[in-house]
Amino acid sequence: MTAPPPDSRRARAGGRRRTGAGVPAPLLVPAVLGVAFLVLPLLGLLVRTPWSSVGEQLAAPGVGQALRLSLLCATLATLLSLFLGVPLAWVLARSSVRWRGVLRALVTVPLVLPPVVGGVALFLVLGRKGLIGSWLDEAFGITIPFTTTAVVIAETFVAMPFLVISVEGALRAADTRFEDVAATLGAGRWTTFRRVTLPLVAPGVGAGAVLCWARALGEFGATITFAGNYPGTTQTMPLAVYLALQNEPEAAIVLSLVLLAVSLATLLLLRDRWLGRSGTTL
Amino acid sequence: MTLQARIQVQRGTLAVSAAFDVGGGEVLALLGPNGAGKSTLVRVLAGLLRPDEGRVAVDGAVWDAPGWHVPAHERSLGMVFQDALLFPHLSIADNVSFGLRTRGVGRQARHATAAEWLARVGLEGLGHARPAELSGGQAQRAALARALAVEPAVLLLDEPLSALDARTRLTVRAELRRHLGDFPGSTVLVTHDPVDAMALADRVVVVEDGRIVQAGTPDEVNRRPRTDYVARLVGLSLLAGTGEGRAVRLDGGGVVAVAEETSGPVFAAVRPESVALYLARPEGSPRNVWPARLTGATPHGATVRCELAGEVPLVADVTATAFAELGLVPGAEVWATVKAAEVAVYAR
Repeated sequence: MTAPPPDSRRARAGGRRRTGAGVPAPLLVPAVLGVAFLVLPLLGLLVRTPWSSVGEQLAAPGVGQALRLSLLCATLATLLSLFLGVPLAWVLARSSVRWRGVLRALVTVPLVLPPVVGGVALFLVLGRKGLIGSWLDEAFGITIPFTTTAVVIAETFVAMPFLVISVEGALRAADTRFEDVAATLGAGRWTTFRRVTLPLVAPGVGAGAVLCWARALGEFGATITFAGNYPGTTQTMPLAVYLALQNEPEAAIVLSLVLLAVSLATLLLLRDRWLGRSGTTL
Repeated sequence: MTLQARIQVQRGTLAVSAAFDVGGGEVLALLGPNGAGKSTLVRVLAGLLRPDEGRVAVDGAVWDAPGWHVPAHERSLGMVFQDALLFPHLSIADNVSFGLRTRGVGRQARHATAAEWLARVGLEGLGHARPAELSGGQAQRAALARALAVEPAVLLLDEPLSALDARTRLTVRAELRRHLGDFPGSTVLVTHDPVDAMALADRVVVVEDGRIVQAGTPDEVNRRPRTDYVARLVGLSLLAGTGEGRAVRLDGGGVVAVAEETSGPVFAAVRPESVALYLARPEGSPRNVWPARLTGATPHGATVRCELAGEVPLVADVTATAFAELGLVPGAEVWATVKAAEVAVYAR
């Protein structure tokens, strides 16, 4: 096996660039339509925004309340997901537990499950008459549904798999030889996890957390089913948008604009991973 | 301090089985081709892989035995891998003091030891640098300091020089030799490069296909290889045959005249530089003359290494000038000659 001389390699790269310039029409047309399909609704949102009254709308009492609640619940859900999801990802990626494939499938079910179904399921388990909920109610007088806690739980249920998948991927991509080195330097598995593994996959954990947070922020189905729609305690931004659309469409547009801004900010945070410079460094 | 190892372990289709002892201050090289099981053996010694059977003990402390396994992090060892594998998120000083930290050494003492070791490996002032800022040679020096900083009983070096470029390898090899001289524990060096083994080891164990095929001092292995692999490594043509007085009847056919009387199964070893090539059969002089065909030629400094096929397969080194004057091309028919006195012969 000998490497081709640099000249021929350059020539080949040049050839590829030339063919790349002409996209065949059967691919180009659907591609353009696809972009339009994704971008036009967002442009429509911007066009229809009542810019003159944006400040006024944002200052309305319900808006700030919903936004604050959304940010709080999404953040709490992300923290809970980190606390539970990172160890879970480690078990999926590193341990030799039996039924690991089944375990992974179970963990990823919420990714494909309609969120409303998730909400119903949570209600059946944690509701006042639920399997665990009834016991919580009798033993401690704790009821979860229709509280802010319920919002956090619903969001965690839906968003945590994003974190687990992301962190597991990072763990699988990380060089396990660093863990061998740590072991030969006297570090047990827990010490190795804290001092070596976690720092190595930190970018993956960060990306997973951002993804998880964004998913939690936009959560609608599970939240409205399990936590209801009470302003101040369970009405998050998506619920507020939906409700506003019925009565005052202008407010709905402004609220949507806020969520769009938050989404774009999230994308900006992740740009190193997903746009252009992706995947070069972890 | 003595490391005693008797190891049996199955890795896929390769059954690895080996036994060796390494004394205090001694350096043992495990020399062998890729995939021979050297790294498997060293991973067992490190406690990263549990042997199927066997016993590993250091100074009477048993690390592995049937039903007994001390995990890697509880063994007194230091290990250097082919790629330095410095933790990318830690500074060089924190890398070097990592083992001290896991062993509960206080911050002050850690910093002092790290600084001392960085100075010893010639990396003063680089304690605050990140691994990515170091050259390959510097990184491997830091990795060595990291392994030695905990003053282990056993030092394991897994191809420590293979990832370095030729010039750096020379310097780092010389430094490594100096540090190994100061190291009181047992060292096991895994390498596929005979030069590393010869330069660094007190004893060489040759591993092929999961088992030990030869053990001895570097000089013994160098002068009297027992397998084709080792012979080729040290640049010898190895011919197996039966001694019949001053002749060796080769297993593959043909006879080699030798200077000493021998009998029974023997090896005859021929150095490439003692083989001369002619286009016509040379007359006179009592020596070995064989017809051969040139199958390959590789420039090797000022000489050309010629591979010869024929009744007696040989490797010959001829000067580039001679190669050109003879007008040799692959496929050319030549006559190869070797003086009887230049054939080393020893019992199998």
